Amino acid sequence: MMQRLPGLLAALGARVRTGLADLGYTATAFLAILRASGGLWRRPRLITDQIHFIGNYSLVIIAISGLFVGFVLGLQGYNTLISYGSEQSLGLLVALSLTRELGPVVTALLFAGRAGTSLTAEIGLMKAGEQLSAMEMMAVDPLQRVIAPRFWAGIIAMPILAAVFSALGVLGGYFVGVPLIGVDEGAFWSQMQAGVDIWDDIANGVLKSVVFGIAATFVALYQGYEAQPTPEGVARATTRTVVVSSLLVLWLDFVMTALMFNK
Amino acid sequence: MRFPRGKVVAVMGGSGSGKTTVLRLIGGQLRARSGTVEVDGQAVQSLDTKALYMLRRKMGMLFQHGALFTDLTAFENVAFPLREHTDLNEALIRDLVLMKLHAVGLRNAAQLKPAEISGGMARRVAVARAIALDPQLIMYDEPFAGLDPISMGVIANLIRRLNDALGSTSILVSHDVHESFAIADYIYFLSQGKIVAEGTPAELQASVDPYVMQFINARADGPVPFHYPGRTLATDLGLEARS
Repeated sequence: MMQRLPGLLAALGARVRTGLADLGYTATAFLAILRASGGLWRRPRLITDQIHFIGNYSLVIIAISGLFVGFVLGLQGYNTLISYGSEQSLGLLVALSLTRELGPVVTALLFAGRAGTSLTAEIGLMKAGEQLSAMEMMAVDPLQRVIAPRFWAGIIAMPILAAVFSALGVLGGYFVGVPLIGVDEGAFWSQMQAGVDIWDDIANGVLKSVVFGIAATFVALYQGYEAQPTPEGVARATTRTVVVSSLLVLWLDFVMTALMFNK
Repeated sequence: MRFPRGKVVAVMGGSGSGKTTVLRLIGGQLRARSGTVEVDGQAVQSLDTKALYMLRRKMGMLFQHGALFTDLTAFENVAFPLREHTDLNEALIRDLVLMKLHAVGLRNAAQLKPAEISGGMARRVAVARAIALDPQLIMYDEPFAGLDPISMGVIANLIRRLNDALGSTSILVSHDVHESFAIADYIYFLSQGKIVAEGTPAELQASVDPYVMQFINARADGPVPFHYPGRTLATDLGLEARS
């Protein structure tokens, strides 16, 4: 054991050092994207095209998922609330769960799986096909022309998608709760109206989805940009996009929830 | 190495001999650790990013597989450098792009995407894109690789004609002896990162240098050995131990 100790320590040290180096490298890449964003305001078209693209990718899956999550919330919420005799609060429960948590988080997870992977694969294949090098040789900075517009588009698209998710979720909860189960319609909407706070609940939810947008889009673009330009390399990068951004979103959600709702 | 104005200069050598590295050094994608690379009087390795990008506007490069943007049509691919670097209006861009595509014989394929045209045609679109801004220096990285003989002849012919029409300098990196010898004014032979021979095509044809002879006559064995260096066959089969 004592003989192996220096080896183990060295391995641990090496691990920590590479970890720190990777972190520094990632931070540098993040700053480089921010720096490359400077010229974008002169060409907003680059961003709007990407919002259209990324939003379109995810809209259907987000809308359908939102609706079904709403259905389930309606059913489960009713089953729990009825045992306390407070099924009138179903609207409030559905709306709070969606705006505070499920809307931003589930949207971000779906976004990572749908739009994130295609961003990674697109950038990775552009790199493999020397398209990014070709751009550099044409004196066009790929960070500015390709990466930065997608980055901002992801940040803008995410809260909109989360809003669509939450809105359809509320409607889903309504369909199950009111016409199907028979919760009072007036109570459903009025409790929601009275109990949901625009700053505490909605603004915090939007803030979460903006942060998730930054995280998920950055991870997807970084993985694509740093991918080995081979079929296996792009495949691995795509997988990493889903794993890393999902874990990052869940971790960030925990941290932000702890900071936001700590009354 | 010198690449004089108005000439087509070929850089030849086997795979891994450093041909593409020469192009990357000239384009500033790699920085020279020792020695200097000068383009139009500017030392490439000491330029900052901004100056390097300014210099690159005077260069056009054809990548090995064309490197066209697969999501854009042939027209938009050629229009890309014009849209990025000029403020020309749409009508003028259209005329310029059609002229460039006409020069490579693909004006009527303008609306097709890279996936809808053959490899040789894609290479020609990439040539049109490389010359979109009338560069002073055009670099071709393996322009003949993977092409059928007709397309090869077409590309070779284009390289020569465009060079003469634009009055620019062309650097042709290739291992295709026949086409390169037909169009180049001067040829450098590289092996393992060093210049092993140079001269005009006629001089090199007559050369008795063993490497050049092996290369232009496509011999399997010579200064570049057929066998990967290492132990001998006799050792591996255990014959030396027995005897």
